[in-house]
Amino acid sequence: MTNNNNPAIEVIDLVTHYGSREILHGINLTVNEGEIMIIMGGSGSGKSTLLRYLLGLGIPTSGSIKLLGKDITRISNLEMNQLRQNMGVAFQGGALLSSMTIGENVQLPLREHTQLDETTMEIMARMKLEVVNLGGFEKLMPAELSGGMIKRAAVARAIVMDPKLMFFDEPSAGLDPVVSAKLDELILNLRDVMKMTIVVVTHELESAFKIADKITVLDQGNILMTDTVESIKNSDNERIQSLLNRRPGNDEVQADEYLNRLTGM
Amino acid sequence: MPESSTHPLISSLELVGRSTVKLIEEAGYYSALLVESLFWILAGPFIKRPVRISSIFSQMMTMGIGACPIVFVLSFSIGVMLAIQMIYNLKTFGAESQVVVGVALSVTREFGPLITGILIAGRTGSSLAAKIGTMQVNQEIDALRVMGINPVRYLVSPALCAMMIMVPLLTFFSDLAALLGGAVYTSIEIGLSFDAYMDRTLSALVIADVMQGIFKSLIFALIITLVGVSNGFSVTGGAEGVGKATTRSVVLSISYIVIADMMFTYFLNL
Repeated sequence: MTNNNNPAIEVIDLVTHYGSREILHGINLTVNEGEIMIIMGGSGSGKSTLLRYLLGLGIPTSGSIKLLGKDITRISNLEMNQLRQNMGVAFQGGALLSSMTIGENVQLPLREHTQLDETTMEIMARMKLEVVNLGGFEKLMPAELSGGMIKRAAVARAIVMDPKLMFFDEPSAGLDPVVSAKLDELILNLRDVMKMTIVVVTHELESAFKIADKITVLDQGNILMTDTVESIKNSDNERIQSLLNRRPGNDEVQADEYLNRLTGM
Repeated sequence: MPESSTHPLISSLELVGRSTVKLIEEAGYYSALLVESLFWILAGPFIKRPVRISSIFSQMMTMGIGACPIVFVLSFSIGVMLAIQMIYNLKTFGAESQVVVGVALSVTREFGPLITGILIAGRTGSSLAAKIGTMQVNQEIDALRVMGINPVRYLVSPALCAMMIMVPLLTFFSDLAALLGGAVYTSIEIGLSFDAYMDRTLSALVIADVMQGIFKSLIFALIITLVGVSNGFSVTGGAEGVGKATTRSVVLSISYIVIADMMFTYFLNL
């Protein structure tokens, strides 16, 4: 699906520490324009940490992170601010500001970064809410929405500035399969229609295989492999296979044993 | 890190050292926050990142106007209480009528700002810590940052502005309420008329007395805001962390207020 080979994100030898503990041990990662990159890994693999640094929320020990050709470890605050208008982030819990309505939340980036008039901002916010199927919900407060709706509203807020880069943190965590599938559909649409470069951090295999152009598997602060879905599935790396096969493994239920366990015999 | 000693004297010295370092570290954080929020207030409009006026006004409403009833009740009570105590004391010298001067001076110079400060620390300081702490836990602060919205400009600067305007005003209001309390009690107890009370109050007070109280209230507003927001920003560990930060910010700001009050009173009266 890759349109061309211009890298939108380039991570070179990224090393980070939490206190005195080294979390990421020299990560190298390239995401091309118009590509959906899935970052996978178990808990504690460093995938959330990697995302934090990609978002410029931490200062790495060494290494560089280039977003849209700019090294965010070296640019000034002002440049970073401009770059951030080209980045959208959908956080795991939505992270909508709880003191504002959904509509005001979606308008917030416009209000802060543009000089548009009130009506234009309202219309743009409504359009983005329509994109995520939340038309008509702009007057509600975040507390009045379900988890899935909050996540979609967060996506609307993230895309309101039409960013070139989009980051999703665990988009399907805590959602039912139908809503989760809709969100996958939305992510694919964002790439195809809006030509965004998308990074998704997740451990949901099903959704990962469905939407990924490429998958990066992280394990204990190292990248095990970065490749297409097929190559990842066919990889003979033991840790990747154990990550991929954890669920099928649990599905093999021995009927008799299971009954015995239930009845306590 | 060097190993900690087991000798009780050394280890208690070490404890003193560590808390001192922590205190200095925190003071540094407060100053950094202050400088940054002042930067946004002053320079923000010039780099097209202004502090929202509407946000300042809405905070002024909740922090200031919303606190008026409780400030009135407490200050009125303090005024009555002071009048009772002073009449009792001055009776020994047969000088009950001097109660007016006593109440006027102690209210404007001390009790007005102090009671307002303590009340606002409990009311606004805690709500700042809880609000920012909850936002921290819900990743709302991260969300602001990735949207290119500086959290200090968005959250701290408006609060600081609102506090620096409203706390002195509330203090003045508190002065009036306490004087009214003193007047009401005095007129009942020793039959001094309300007009005479106000007349004598005005002749006993000079501008400097009121200004001293107002100046102290500005310092209190600064303390409450900085302690509240910095505790909010440093929240870790979910809802429990928010609770801890809230409690800590109230206890700390009240302590700092009382200590600062003592120091400023000393220096302002040299």
